[in-house]
Amino acid sequence: MKERISAVLKLEDGTLFRGYSFGYGGPVDGEVVFSTAMVGYPESLTDPSYSGQILCVTYPLIGNYGVPNEGFDELGISRNFESEQIWVRGLVISDYSFEYSHWDAVKSLDAWLKEQRIPGIYGIDTRALTQLLREKGSMLGMIVPEGETKDFPVDDPNLANQIALVSTKEVLTYGEGEKTVVLVDCGVKHNILRCFAERGVHLVRVPWNYDFNQLEYDGLFISNGPGNPQFCNITVANLRKAMERDKPIFGICMGNQLLARAGGANTFKLKYGHRSHNQPVRQVGTNRCFVTSQNHGFAVDDKTLGKDWEPWFVNMNDGTNEGIRHKFKPFCSVQFHPEASSGPTDTKFLFDEFISKL
Amino acid sequence: MKDTSIKKVLLLGSGALKIGQAGEFDYSGSQALKALREEGIETVLINPNIATVQTSEGVADRIYFLPVTPFFVEKVIARERPQGILLSFGGQTALNCGVALYENGVLDKYNVHVLGTPVQAIMDTEDRDLFIKRLDEIGVKTIKSHPAGDIAQARKAAAELGYPLIVRAAYALGGLGSGFCDNDAELEETCEKAFSFSPQVLVEKSLKGWKEIEYEVVRDKYDNCITVCNMENFDPLGIHTGESIVVAPSQTLSNKDYYFLRELSIRIVRHIGIVGECNVQFAYDPNAMDYRVIEVNARLSRSSALASKATGYPLAFVAAKLGLGYGLFDLKNSVTKTTPAFFEPALDYIVCKIPRWDLSKFHGVSRKIGSSMKSVGEVMSVGRTFEESIQKGLRMIGQGAHGFVGNKELQVADIETALKEPTDNRIFVISKAMRAGYTVDRIHALTKIDKWFLEKLAGIVRTYEEMSGYDRLEDLPAELLLLAKQEGFSDFQVQRAVFKDTEGNSAERMDQVRAYRKKLGIVPVVKQIDTLAAEFPAQTNYLYLTYNGTKNDIVYENDRRSVVVLGSGAYRIGSSVEFDWCSVTCLKTIQKQGYRGVMINYNPETVSTDYDMCDRLYFDELTFERVMDIIELETPHGVVVSVGGQIPNNLALRLHRHGVPILGTSAEDIDKAEDRHKFSTIVDALGVDQPQWSELTTMEDVDRFIEKVGFPVLVRPSYVLSGAAMNVCYDEEKLRHFLSLAVEVSQEHPVVISKFMTRAKEIEFDAVADKGEVLAYAISEHIEYAGVHSGDATIQFPPQKLYVETVRRIKKIARAIAGTLNISGPFNIQFLAKENKIKVIECNLRASRSFPFVSKVLKIDFIELATKVMLGLHPAAPGKSAFDLDYVGVKSSQFSFARLEEADPMLGVDMSSTGEVGCLGDDLNEALLKSVISVGYEIPRGRILLSTGDALTKADMLLACKLLNEHGYELFATGGTYKYLVENSIPATKVLWPSECDNPNFKGRFKPALEMIQGKEVDMVINIPKDFSELELSNGYKLRRAAIDFNVPLFTNARLATAFIRAFTSMSQDDIQIKAWDEY
Repeated sequence: MKERISAVLKLEDGTLFRGYSFGYGGPVDGEVVFSTAMVGYPESLTDPSYSGQILCVTYPLIGNYGVPNEGFDELGISRNFESEQIWVRGLVISDYSFEYSHWDAVKSLDAWLKEQRIPGIYGIDTRALTQLLREKGSMLGMIVPEGETKDFPVDDPNLANQIALVSTKEVLTYGEGEKTVVLVDCGVKHNILRCFAERGVHLVRVPWNYDFNQLEYDGLFISNGPGNPQFCNITVANLRKAMERDKPIFGICMGNQLLARAGGANTFKLKYGHRSHNQPVRQVGTNRCFVTSQNHGFAVDDKTLGKDWEPWFVNMNDGTNEGIRHKFKPFCSVQFHPEASSGPTDTKFLFDEFISKL
Repeated sequence: MKDTSIKKVLLLGSGALKIGQAGEFDYSGSQALKALREEGIETVLINPNIATVQTSEGVADRIYFLPVTPFFVEKVIARERPQGILLSFGGQTALNCGVALYENGVLDKYNVHVLGTPVQAIMDTEDRDLFIKRLDEIGVKTIKSHPAGDIAQARKAAAELGYPLIVRAAYALGGLGSGFCDNDAELEETCEKAFSFSPQVLVEKSLKGWKEIEYEVVRDKYDNCITVCNMENFDPLGIHTGESIVVAPSQTLSNKDYYFLRELSIRIVRHIGIVGECNVQFAYDPNAMDYRVIEVNARLSRSSALASKATGYPLAFVAAKLGLGYGLFDLKNSVTKTTPAFFEPALDYIVCKIPRWDLSKFHGVSRKIGSSMKSVGEVMSVGRTFEESIQKGLRMIGQGAHGFVGNKELQVADIETALKEPTDNRIFVISKAMRAGYTVDRIHALTKIDKWFLEKLAGIVRTYEEMSGYDRLEDLPAELLLLAKQEGFSDFQVQRAVFKDTEGNSAERMDQVRAYRKKLGIVPVVKQIDTLAAEFPAQTNYLYLTYNGTKNDIVYENDRRSVVVLGSGAYRIGSSVEFDWCSVTCLKTIQKQGYRGVMINYNPETVSTDYDMCDRLYFDELTFERVMDIIELETPHGVVVSVGGQIPNNLALRLHRHGVPILGTSAEDIDKAEDRHKFSTIVDALGVDQPQWSELTTMEDVDRFIEKVGFPVLVRPSYVLSGAAMNVCYDEEKLRHFLSLAVEVSQEHPVVISKFMTRAKEIEFDAVADKGEVLAYAISEHIEYAGVHSGDATIQFPPQKLYVETVRRIKKIARAIAGTLNISGPFNIQFLAKENKIKVIECNLRASRSFPFVSKVLKIDFIELATKVMLGLHPAAPGKSAFDLDYVGVKSSQFSFARLEEADPMLGVDMSSTGEVGCLGDDLNEALLKSVISVGYEIPRGRILLSTGDALTKADMLLACKLLNEHGYELFATGGTYKYLVENSIPATKVLWPSECDNPNFKGRFKPALEMIQGKEVDMVINIPKDFSELELSNGYKLRRAAIDFNVPLFTNARLATAFIRAFTSMSQDDIQIKAWDEY
């Protein structure tokens, strides 16, 4: 039998799950959330939207295909990861695959987590944990390996501005093209950058609180990002100003929530969020349905949308908002992730639609 | 929304179960019918497979037990005038039939709309050329295939592509006639065979060693698409997906791989224009993101049945609704009942599908597995680790394995070769290789199986070895024991690792392991299969057990209102869809009586494992250990062991001894019937005759016994290395030879020898009794003489040729046996009858294979009755008997020899059929004709090749030969038969046995029989084996095998051949009445 170091996952309601430590051997705390995606742990772990969170993966077998090389492309963006580092604070799984097999892999998940000092715990009944989070809502928790001491209370990551943490600190540009899109980085995933670059757009990536109204652009894009949209009042104010210019605006995930807020609507926290690759959405007023990748804990309250706005997509499972659009102006956004990575690629055409409007 | 012009729909079934097309289509058809009936649409079903659930009362409005051929389907259409037809729920049989009806204009003529995927789309996927063209249009890569209409074209393609190549027959069932070729000689051989199945063969570059990945895609008419599931083959490309272990979801694909192939699948499905369900198979490069599309199945398939069970997503049900015009957004997820059917299931477990082969049942068949399918069934196992899932699965296939390790040692001549050239034992060869020190890298190099799977298997070996380091159970650390259980080790494996003892009482030691681990709190938990990985609450009753968890999903009522029904496990030769029908009927009756019906079964091809057939479904093992785990959770009112065939029957006594309430006949009485000695004593005490038999432990005893009873004898050794488990021996030489195949004749391995009666009738007595009192019975009669296994025999019910006296005696004996064994429930007794002398040969206190057949012919549901008895309701005896019937039912067997290369298609005492049909007719001739046509025979047009066996069978067949002659058939006969016919004034042409062809006296004067078959110059072959000399066997074998390989109808039994000849000379195919079941 392998030498195993035991570890516990403690939740703020007092529940204890016993398992074994892998990855980094230190303790960690965060908001415990679950994702039902069956593939894509390298992408999920590096998704900035997970900043502040301990991720429980419901698919039990994890680590099977190892971790690929970072492999930067011509834009200087990592080919395989969604940002420059792992943003998930801790990883909770059932069955860790010590041996991996994939032509593209260079190291094991365990080695990568160690490298990035991210604790993991395996041997957990992730289904039972998921049921608990589903019933009680996402809650704070901690992974504590044997020999370490740590206990509640801990800081609630939702009370901190996670976006400020993950957003770029400087203005960056990517790609060549006739059209310029300003991308407001609230924690943008690399694949969004790739989706624009692939389509021949000159992209200017600015920090979340940057006043982009001073820039000349053909289109404005608000990225995904972690946590509570209420921390982005500066961005919302900037957006309101931008809306006066009538240039096309598109947003994804956090971008949807910020655009909604700029349009006067409210956002609220979902009980346990949408984190999976199989969220069904329907384009309002049509028979068009899409399977989407999602990762968010907050949502737009449809009922508070202003009279010039309408719901664009709706979640077919729970009826929550999945996108909004302006009735007359080229402003729209979606709650799901058309750039996928990880997840289904069905809605990538939304990038083409946006770019065609520039 | 729904198309409201459709009021009546015809569904084509798949007919008899055969290799490549099995029970999965009963499941998909049943679901489709349910989906239609829910809409108030009138349903008509054509399916001669009488043992299926879909042909039961209340599933379709009208059922025709008729062949699924264009001829009969057109007649049903003309009579029923449906507005719609469903072609994609009855496998390749229904699809081919539907395409033919479309092409010959029948569907247009009667204005029948094909619901779901249009026929053109089906043809685009079926014709390789068209298929490649269509995929080229959207830039999707296929395996470039060179069609060839003759061998010269095939050779030219081979020269262009270079070896290795694969040759496939177009329009064939699951790879029939396909094969790999490494050189010109192999190409010639493979092409020749493929051309006999199809006018076109396809020569392709072989991609051996690539991964094989499948996606199940659903599309509605609004162009909305989802992929319900993907699956990864454990074995790399080169082994038919039906022959491979398959896991779901894929395990070695990254997110990029997964969604790359998913996007391609959806692009293909949209372009082809599927409406409903579709399966896309990919070859995927293990070293790059490169792929080829292998094929697209525009219909429900074995994989889609598996995907349904693996995910809980009812593919067939949804596909049928989409065919009616619904959008995916209109339909609900039937597990959560609140979320829509438009979504992709998220699994939080892993399933393994493992094929079940029965190759040892066939003489001469090759054990190698490859690009064409030979397995007869499959299992699906669910776990939360790969190790747990695969070890469960290896037990489920029911061939004596206890898991990946801890089995009886496999004899392998050369591990290296065995790894390179996979056989049905491949997984156990890997186990052996690992224990013999082969590294994962070396095994990977030889097998091309992904190292991820091999590493996991190596871990199982390590855990076993670690446990073997302990000699006492108390020393085994709890942590190690828990790890072993999480890796799917059974209590049996644990006891074998610790006690190392292969002799003695393993059951007792397993009890010790069970007690020890329960003391340590090591018990499994119950988890739901809920389609959404617990994201939403689900009231689902679809369950499995795992050691990889700490919490039960189910809160048990403990009200003793559950009745647990043990299912039949993997389909195999001898146990198939008939027991699924029995299980489902039993469950329904249990529910109607106000009990909770609880099912345990693990066969993804069945209806009984459909989670809405019962109140709780455990998709789990039918081992004593797992059944006890479930019973301890359920605390049931009782357990039914008599409707799932032999597997549950064998558990009865052990469960009873552990205090489990067995419903119906007591476990002790079941044992009295099962135990040869006990049963024989009972029969003797009743003064009933039985064939003389003895259980013998030395060769001297064998000789002495045979001296007493004389040849022929039926010989059953307890352990045989290869070949059939029993045989009839006609002389000393044959006996010695057969016994030499047995490992030994000894105290531990006795041989049972019984006197074999020639030319005796075999009679089945199926019945239900209550406290020893027979409530209902059905006596049916084999057309063949005893010596053909009852599962292979053609059965007529009610009996047509039995003396009244025989029937009277049989009833009397059966009543006596029922009384003595105090039977409460279903039972079956087999009798031999010769000149009114009756002998009992076997008695089973459970439902038999023929229960659905007799129940449906007689229109008395024997299982419903038996279940009521077992629930203690004391039902009244139905007031109807077989003598009231003014029609006849005939059950015919389906053989799959065409798939089993080199197997001798001769029938014997061991069963070799893979399925059956049952048809009704106003008389024996009509019923027989329907039935025989239903299993794939055609009425011969003009020329028949005869070799009618020994003097007795020659005489038996004389009348039939006369009939053939009178009806203008041209007869060709081998030497002896020719002489006999001419002597009896029946004109015939002499043809040569293979062994005679080089004889200068004959050469050039007479045609070789073999050539006539190969040239398809005859359209029926009757070859009755004469004696069992080597020459006869080899001569006959060549002709029989040629008939199979060149697809010429073959009869090897004089009685059946005669009955068929009588039938088709008395009426033509056109004279067959088109009558539904309810019109009889």
